[in-house]
Amino acid sequence: MTVRRGTVGGRTFEFGSLAELLAKATPARSGDVLAGCAADSAAERVAAQSVLADLPLATFLEEQVVGYDEDDVTRLILDTHDRAAFAPVASLTVGGFRDRLLGWAAQGDEAAITGLARGLTPEMVAATAKLMRNADLVAVGRRARVVTGLRSTIGLPGRLAARLQPNHPTDDPRGVMASVVDGLLHGSGDAVIGINPATDSPTRTTALLELLDETITRYAIPTQSCVLAHVTTTLQVLEQGAPVDLVFQSIAGTQAGNRGFGVTLDLLVEAQAAAVALGRGTVGRNVMYFETGQGAALSADAHRGIDGVPVDQQTLEARAYAVARAFDPLLVNTVVGFIGPEYLYDGKQVLRAGLEDHFCGKLLGLPMGVDVCYTNHAEVDGDDTDSLMLLLGAAGCAFLITVPGADDVMLHYQSLSFSDVLTVRQVLGLRPAPEFEEWLLRMDLLDDSGRVRDVTADPRPARTLLAAAEL
Amino acid sequence: MTGQPAPRDAFAVLREATQARVALGRAGDALPTSRELAFRVAHAAARDAVHAPLDTAALREALGEALEVRSAAPDRAVYLQRPDLGRRLAEGTALPSTSADLAVVLGDGLSPRALQEHGPGTLAALRERLPGWSIAPPVVARQARVALGDEIGARLGVRAVVVLIGERPGLTAADSLGAYLTWAPRPGRADSERNCVSNIRPPHGTDYAQAADTLAGLLVSARALGASGVALKDQGAKPPTAGLDRSPPKEIR
Repeated sequence: MTVRRGTVGGRTFEFGSLAELLAKATPARSGDVLAGCAADSAAERVAAQSVLADLPLATFLEEQVVGYDEDDVTRLILDTHDRAAFAPVASLTVGGFRDRLLGWAAQGDEAAITGLARGLTPEMVAATAKLMRNADLVAVGRRARVVTGLRSTIGLPGRLAARLQPNHPTDDPRGVMASVVDGLLHGSGDAVIGINPATDSPTRTTALLELLDETITRYAIPTQSCVLAHVTTTLQVLEQGAPVDLVFQSIAGTQAGNRGFGVTLDLLVEAQAAAVALGRGTVGRNVMYFETGQGAALSADAHRGIDGVPVDQQTLEARAYAVARAFDPLLVNTVVGFIGPEYLYDGKQVLRAGLEDHFCGKLLGLPMGVDVCYTNHAEVDGDDTDSLMLLLGAAGCAFLITVPGADDVMLHYQSLSFSDVLTVRQVLGLRPAPEFEEWLLRMDLLDDSGRVRDVTADPRPARTLLAAAEL
Repeated sequence: MTGQPAPRDAFAVLREATQARVALGRAGDALPTSRELAFRVAHAAARDAVHAPLDTAALREALGEALEVRSAAPDRAVYLQRPDLGRRLAEGTALPSTSADLAVVLGDGLSPRALQEHGPGTLAALRERLPGWSIAPPVVARQARVALGDEIGARLGVRAVVVLIGERPGLTAADSLGAYLTWAPRPGRADSERNCVSNIRPPHGTDYAQAADTLAGLLVSARALGASGVALKDQGAKPPTAGLDRSPPKEIR
């Protein structure tokens, strides 16, 4: 194994493996301290970043952090690597690649950046993110164009979609529908109307799918539904004839992490094929929805690579995107801030991680969204989520998660509110997905300037949808 | 306070159907001041519940005889970032060896307030239901995670440990107590080897008698089986979940 050395201020630091180098180069976060792989000092961190900057990008094709023989995610990454797509940057170092990306971003050259996706590995992209400041992550992230579709189109320039998350503690249909209607009246739901079920059972999943399908059909809403049950549950109800638009699954960046979630790559192949075969799309055929989050692998004790060396959580997160992109998803989002302060401690760490995840996902070719969220034991509040949502809007994020009043009453955490997305769209001049925007217009929910009406001030345009809540 | 409450007639159908914060009205594209402040009130209660320290003097007075320990996490900031330290006793901790059947650990967890309010009542109700059991003196534990009970139970030499611990505060409840039963406690026990009763919070949540009934039943079954956890699943155990699993999380483990 190659030992690499870096010197800062007269002190020399040694990095015994690629995994150690990546971990020590990572901007500070609690999860890497917990895993025992974080830099011990600011000087060690910048020494690692300096060594990383000089490392040829192609190193990541020769040297792994998680072993090829023991991990199917590593095999997926290397076996599907596209050398032709990699060619334009094949001779660059990590630092040189950062500079090249920023150059293309400044010129607005979306094609150059977007065309690289299948030639980049998660480790290359994660390494580059570690050298970038927050503004770099925004500037480059917004120039990676990823467009997907099923019954609405996600990722078009100038658009910001929203997942409407109408969770309820007992999955009560009336309770769910109250949140669905409130969200639609706020112009939310163009990415997906997606419920986390309180109980992962086939009966419950089918009932919720039918409830959403009936609503979408009755009002001809150009969007898709999802009940975020385990993939095996979704497959089962799909085979029984339930109206499945999207197959959801939480995924991680190691085979062991995915085992912790109870999934294999083969299972995802099967699920994708089954959902595509239903032919429920109108504008596209992307039928998968994945959630990820820094710390997921560590929380399952599935974060170690070659020789048992811990891999930093940002690199593992980027590896989860390699899993996602193999299944042409409609939607992927990181749940940044959900897992707890032992992984991302405060607003600074959450903000940074949200921008890193968006950047890495986009560069790897994913329709990347973010659940901008926090729990009550983290040092995060609404000011922090405001900052991140606006930066993500500027970064060209595909979609954001929204819940009523920023408070998820089933999962007991805080995400963005329906009105938060109105703010991002208004401040940055972003619009909903085009099919959904036309629907809002038909429903008389937009005013002459294209803004979502305040129906609490004048409820007349709301009456049609309010009827949907009368179960 | 300013802000325009929505006309009750049109949107009552939404508000009456869910405890979610629906039909809040708008101030431009944001929330009206009254709604914004209501959210902050709930968040403030949750934040204070996490950070207000346990009043150990008051708790010991309520308990009568009690031992007191702390975890290896020296303060709240470290506790929140290093769950591994919250699962180990501080260096130099002395505990007597007993041959009792059961130990009850009262841990602050993520809501010291929950333990303060509901710990003594739950313990008293549990004692009433275990007449034939010898019970070690209760142990008050600061900066504690659930698994700290494993080491405490092993040192005390008991056959089972019940950890009463403050659950992570949400916006609707900042004072929920959890109870975790582990048979044959020793360091290294997995979460799948525990049984849990959560949301002990009368009058809104589970009351002391209900919680104690369930715990006593689980203890009797665990003694017959010689094990706790998934083996007792039908009586309320939940399998452990990875951090991203979006079932209601239990960071206090």
